[in-house]
Amino acid sequence: MAGAPGHRAPARQLTMLVVQLEKQLGEFAVKASFASEGGATVLFGPSGAGKTSVINMIAGLLAPDRGRIVLNDEVLFDDKARIDVPASRRRIGYVFQEGRLFPHFSVRRNLDYGRWMSGQPADSAVFHHAVELLDIGHLLDRRPGRLSGGERQRVAVGRALLMRPRLLLLDEPLASLDAARKREILPYLERLRDEAHVPLIYVSHNAAEVRRIATRVVRLEAGTVLATGGLELLDAAQADMLA
Amino acid sequence: MFELSPQDWTAVQLSLRVAAVSTVVALPFGIAIAMVLARKEFWGKALLDGLVLLPLVLPPVVTGYLLLITFGRRAPVGAFLADHFGIVFSFRWTGAALACGVMAFPLMVRAIRLSIEAIDARLEDAAATLGANPIWCFITVTLPLALPGIIVGAILAFARALGEFGATITFVSNIPGETQTISAAIYTLMQVPNGDADALKLVVVAVIISLGALMLSEWLARRATARLHGN
Repeated sequence: MAGAPGHRAPARQLTMLVVQLEKQLGEFAVKASFASEGGATVLFGPSGAGKTSVINMIAGLLAPDRGRIVLNDEVLFDDKARIDVPASRRRIGYVFQEGRLFPHFSVRRNLDYGRWMSGQPADSAVFHHAVELLDIGHLLDRRPGRLSGGERQRVAVGRALLMRPRLLLLDEPLASLDAARKREILPYLERLRDEAHVPLIYVSHNAAEVRRIATRVVRLEAGTVLATGGLELLDAAQADMLA
Repeated sequence: MFELSPQDWTAVQLSLRVAAVSTVVALPFGIAIAMVLARKEFWGKALLDGLVLLPLVLPPVVTGYLLLITFGRRAPVGAFLADHFGIVFSFRWTGAALACGVMAFPLMVRAIRLSIEAIDARLEDAAATLGANPIWCFITVTLPLALPGIIVGAILAFARALGEFGATITFVSNIPGETQTISAAIYTLMQVPNGDADALKLVVVAVIISLGALMLSEWLARRATARLHGN
């Protein structure tokens, strides 16, 4: 099954993600290269900049035309070497904008799904730690249809986290929520970044959100990377917008 | 007053058996084809779609004739199946089941396909990122979510198989106790003088079974939907 058991990273192993890809989507071309060394890398840019396409390619849901994706020395995609590891074997967690919880499973089974599919033994300590981190213990027996938007996103984060991913992708996880719900969830995401020891790739077009989450910023516009760096890139982006 | 003759009973039981067997055997194929039509793009998809729907628009006699020249005792496929697997269709109830299955197939595939198409394919992407390979994804996500449509498809096919007449009688004739279903028995009774009263009894039975099947399907589908989404 996916990933060798026993190879659980002791606390903080340096994760290295190298992305270098090209994809033609109709008229729109995505051409993005960047690297991430753990922490929270934010793909920042306006709507339609190709951010979601980029993380879909990292997740294995969309095949690049050309390029290479390498995670911790494992090549996930390489068009020249004809390597394209299927999404189900990448062990990359994905929190979608709209949650995408399974409506026919309880919250508990949604949370447990990744562990079940990868054939890992149940580990109640890990389970409870994630449930506590996200404060979703009281929701376990409900169906997703009975959750509020904020609760649904917290469960979605938990579900992705509990598959024990090597990397966690978050695609505008707060975009569908109102301001109050955003304030409700942001602290959980910060805790996730600081306590869960999983590197994050976080997609957002919201500068305020990025400021709280990012340890590194990749600025994306019209399918290409404009710059890679620290939070100072946000100021540059805002200056551009005012100019 | 309402007493069925042994021969009528035989026809009723045979009809139920034929309809049940044809539905159960057709269901896995129906689900597979519905899945392919709903989720895959490939060369020749329009042709496959057309072939599946064909029995719905062809005159049933034509379907029966085609079955006869394909699955008859001396026909190519029929002879092969008889020689190698001992499966004989011609003038047997199994042939009636085959005819009913073929005739009911389009309705079954349609209902299942619609329910699969109504499932958000992005849930299947989510399952993939969580480590589910395509087969597990199908078993744990697509299949349960399509269940209401599968129930409706199966029961529609069952009801359609109960009412099958033209293809069956063309393919396997009208042999009491072997291939004479309710429809064929009613037809036979109406050919005899004063058979109308007996025919009416079978008509009532046919209405009761069909209505029962429809109500059962509605109820099951509603229950399945409630179980999927409720709590």
